[in-house]
Amino acid sequence: MHDVIAADAATIGEPAVNISIFGVFVLITLVITFKASRNNSSAADFYAAGRNISGTQNGLAIAGDYLSAASFLGIAGAIAVYGYDGFLYSIGFLVAWLVALLLVAELLRNTARFTMADVLAFRMRQGPVRTAAALSTLVVSLFYLLAQMAGAGGLVTLLLGVTGEAAQAATVVVVGALMIFYVLVGGMRGTTYVQLIKATLLIIGAFVMTVWVLGRYGFNLSSLLGAAQDSSDAAATPRQVLSPGAQYGATGTSKLDFISLGLALVLGTAGLPHVLMRFYTVPTAKDARKSVVWAIWLIGIFYLFSLVIGYGSGALVGADRILAAPGGVNAAAPLLAFELGGTALLGIIAGVAFATILAVVAGLTITASASFAHDVYASVIKKGQSSPDAEVRVARIAAIVIGAVAIGLGILALQAGLNIAFLVALAFAVAASANLPTILYTLFWKGFTTRGALWSIYGGLIACVTLILFSPVVSGAPVNGTTGKSTSLIQGVDFSWFPLNNPAIVSIPLSFFLGWLGTKLSKERPDVDKYAELEVRSLTGIGAEKAVPH
Amino acid sequence: MTLPNERKLLTPQEYRQAQDSPEFAELRRRFRRFAVPMTVAFLAWYLLYVLLSTYATDFMSTEVFGNVNLGLLLGLGQFVSTFAITTLYVRYSGRTTDPIADEMRERLEAHEFSAPRGGGATRA
Repeated sequence: MHDVIAADAATIGEPAVNISIFGVFVLITLVITFKASRNNSSAADFYAAGRNISGTQNGLAIAGDYLSAASFLGIAGAIAVYGYDGFLYSIGFLVAWLVALLLVAELLRNTARFTMADVLAFRMRQGPVRTAAALSTLVVSLFYLLAQMAGAGGLVTLLLGVTGEAAQAATVVVVGALMIFYVLVGGMRGTTYVQLIKATLLIIGAFVMTVWVLGRYGFNLSSLLGAAQDSSDAAATPRQVLSPGAQYGATGTSKLDFISLGLALVLGTAGLPHVLMRFYTVPTAKDARKSVVWAIWLIGIFYLFSLVIGYGSGALVGADRILAAPGGVNAAAPLLAFELGGTALLGIIAGVAFATILAVVAGLTITASASFAHDVYASVIKKGQSSPDAEVRVARIAAIVIGAVAIGLGILALQAGLNIAFLVALAFAVAASANLPTILYTLFWKGFTTRGALWSIYGGLIACVTLILFSPVVSGAPVNGTTGKSTSLIQGVDFSWFPLNNPAIVSIPLSFFLGWLGTKLSKERPDVDKYAELEVRSLTGIGAEKAVPH
Repeated sequence: MTLPNERKLLTPQEYRQAQDSPEFAELRRRFRRFAVPMTVAFLAWYLLYVLLSTYATDFMSTEVFGNVNLGLLLGLGQFVSTFAITTLYVRYSGRTTDPIADEMRERLEAHEFSAPRGGGATRA
């Protein structure tokens, strides 16, 4: 009973409006996905949209894939409550794209076919390296997927006016079912269109809110900042929102924690399998370059909007109301939308928020299922002897299984009240530790061997997961006096010995070191012919996969 | 090994020849001459910014004009440098590496690197 009343008071806007706007988005994307399905016969169609997506479209789709709910709601919320420290996140997320642009995107497009493992296994013994790369892909994608699912469950209370475990579970099932449908029917082309539409809506929505907020302050950034600080001064817990340190400056450990997170963000992006897979959807390496350039501008401009939206919600809504709303900091942008434009703008922003989650989870699902079908099934189990049709069939089944697992685990996490938002940062840490060092060694170090690749992938992966397991994220974080709960995943026990919430500062150097050590300790000679092929192909584009003519 | 046969258009010898050719050495040199120093530079600049934000909060709180402080300006500077490096890279690769890469790709497709050393260099 108590819950229902609290939720009633906390729900904002008109749930019917929010649901209808979201419904229109779903309807449009379903029709487009259905149309996209007509050209979905071959593996290149299903995994890579026939490599027919233009550079500009792909740049927009990358933005749609990358700007998750954590980016949209999380960063704006962190800026609204903690100010400057939230801004720091967005900078890591953006600068990271230079690694992808300068070192990874074009070379990968030239050498691989469908998955990250294609390039990692290029010069190595196929079986073991593909297995390792596929495992890392599945872990990163599943972590990311679960965080999005739980986010969807949390949003529903705020935006759709429903509450209780059953409603949250139903939301996760609906999101999961739509995601499976997009992937199953539309393949990569359908997923791309969903991401395109979502990115367009998201950027327009953020632009409108930004102009609106700035308009309130006479288009004077300084007065907006002043108002945000005044509002925070009046809050229950006043913070210096214009200076660094409100969130991470408390102790020496939390400072180190922030540096660790900063490393994971800047080095993780170019190792995220669902980002890498987007580079295969364009016809040539030059289009891959063009798509990253578009993505950098769109993502950068979007984060500048987030800065204004964040300080705007801090000033106009205030930290106290944001933290009291269901969803906590994630409620900042929706509350601001309601404050500015009432029910209509809130409905649009709510629809965009759900569209964001859908587009991201669809991208993650197709990546994970492609990796299972292409790397594990076709290359390792069938030793390359399976037909492309069988491979795509396995990918479709894998998409259903992965979707079902994500739905199940997402519901479990929500029902148990687990705080799994840390999984996004962990996914970046695993990508930065297990994937990026191996990709860089593979592309640029002639002497790199199979053992080196296995040690850097498994070393980075195991180090990340082990350290997080014994960190305050899982157990032993201090108990909050007012709520009586700690921020840890498991309450009431403490088996932590690793002090940081993000393992990247240890696991990234460790993975680079293990890749080097494994190579030095292996008896196997590096395959010089394969390296010649990889290097010549990566820089000239000879032998790169061609677009499928339709 | 799992690559389908129809894509094995070039022999390992051709790839070795191409890799050993002076024009490929030049292509690799030009690619790395931009990518490596630039990566070191933007990572160092990013780390400096993160370290300043973490350990030099008083310095970052220095107000420059109105409520805008140094931390915010340096943060916006990260955006500017990211956009600038992106633009520079597009211009650099379009002028410096693409012409060699395009020419080598055409010659590889014509199997001009199958002859022993020097076979390709006489063209041009």
